Amino acid sequence: MSTETALGVTDLHVYLGESHVLQGISFSVAKGGVTALLGRNGVGKTTTLRALMGLVPRSRGVVEVQGENVTRLPTHAIVRRGVGYVPEDRDVFAGLTVEENLRLSERGGNGRYDLVYDLFPELKERGRQRAGTLSGGQQQMVAIARALLNDNSLLLIDEPTKGLAPLLVTEVAVALERAAELSTILLVEQNLGVAKRVAEHAVVLDGGRVVHEGPAGELLSSPERVRELLGVHGAAH
Amino acid sequence: MSTFVLLTITGLGLGALYFLIASGLSLIYGLMGVLNFAHGAFITFGAYAAWWITTHVEASAEAELILATAFGLVVGAVLAAAVELVFIRPLYRRPVEQVLVTVGLALALGALVFGIWGADPKSFPDRPGEVTALPSWMIDTTTILGARIPNDRFVEIAVAVVVLAGLTAFLRFTRIGLIIRAGVENRAMVTALGIDVRKTFTFVFAVGGALAALAGVLSGIYFSTVDPGRGTSLLIFAFIVVVIGGFGSIGGSAVAAVAVGLVQQYANFYAADWLDWSGAGDVAVMFLLAGVLLLRPEGLAPKVAH
Repeated sequence: MSTETALGVTDLHVYLGESHVLQGISFSVAKGGVTALLGRNGVGKTTTLRALMGLVPRSRGVVEVQGENVTRLPTHAIVRRGVGYVPEDRDVFAGLTVEENLRLSERGGNGRYDLVYDLFPELKERGRQRAGTLSGGQQQMVAIARALLNDNSLLLIDEPTKGLAPLLVTEVAVALERAAELSTILLVEQNLGVAKRVAEHAVVLDGGRVVHEGPAGELLSSPERVRELLGVHGAAH
Repeated sequence: MSTFVLLTITGLGLGALYFLIASGLSLIYGLMGVLNFAHGAFITFGAYAAWWITTHVEASAEAELILATAFGLVVGAVLAAAVELVFIRPLYRRPVEQVLVTVGLALALGALVFGIWGADPKSFPDRPGEVTALPSWMIDTTTILGARIPNDRFVEIAVAVVVLAGLTAFLRFTRIGLIIRAGVENRAMVTALGIDVRKTFTFVFAVGGALAALAGVLSGIYFSTVDPGRGTSLLIFAFIVVVIGGFGSIGGSAVAAVAVGLVQQYANFYAADWLDWSGAGDVAVMFLLAGVLLLRPEGLAPKVAH
């Protein structure tokens, strides 16, 4: 695996119960920019991110981060190698305040609070508010901020615009663009407009396998390819 | 009135013991999902460790009691940490086996105490040749509204209050406390932030073991004896306290422990006095549990380590 590769995945298999969700997926993510992981609902995108994080057991395959094999490492050790994770359901700690959520995420005592509060000034104002009382959009800001707080080289972000109002979708897209200047991002995103706006590359999953890899713009500008690979009518705007 | 006051203070003393046991039990389940039936062994070992010190050390009653308590706490903490590291940690993805192991440990450790020290209760503290085993001020009584309350009841209540305040401050103001509170909500997400929760698991087990041992020592003072069945008998009510209070909630455990201690005392006394029915306290606690489960199945304060 080249050192210019931020993430390498080779022949990754995951079973969830009896279901063979990932059936030997292989792809790589080059350093810098955003790679979108696309596909219909239920094809294994979220499972892929969770498997990369070590949050679900991997039955076979190799995962490399910055050229280092992390397949057998526990989740916390993978994170300490510079991997940030924004889960699909945000998973903020509802009983903790916003400030406590951020403080918990901080590693090494030099959190990038300036960056986080610059991107999401609302979080500074709501520092003492319990995260469970925030709106969905504000909780998403906390989830993204937790990943951005540390100097991570790779961010795995799962559907950050899911369920958000259009105005917030734009705000999240801006945050993703800013984050992409600092880290490599593997992004699961159902909103193809956002994917097209921020991603340079795309990996498409179907039936637990990689069925396409290539430039995101090329794929998402082609209505036929989008319909064929993602089951969505029309190209992304 | 004096009887009611006596029952209330005695019930609070009993509730203090339940709280000390339940707080560790509750945090262990809330954070790790471990239903720890071996917790009773920490109580018993803590009590016997303290008793052993009183039989081997000659000092003033106060010094002996402090030394015995400290030794009991250390034994409880070390035993609990060892149990977590050796038996629980390899089984974190196998909850059924984990429960079975804690049941087996409870039986084995209980049998070990029985084998070493026998079935008979031991006087606590055991100070051969001394007229008063406890410091004299603890044996004295304080009169409140006509009720003569043994001072040791106040010690038990005061210790529980200090532990409650200490645990609350610890959870609120320290990083480990922050990790525990977050872990009680979502353990997987804590690891996904780069935190090795296994260290926190061992720590929480050790704290739980120390608090259980403290309850064991205080139960020795409360009942004036230690015996091999002490842990098991107290653990049953501590489990009820945890269920009523809500798994993972220290505040919930405190409220529930007071409720269980008081209900048990009042029911025991008044049922025997009015209905000539002994042992009604345990039945009343079961009714309390059933009532809470019907009205608030998740307990008084679910899944929040505050």
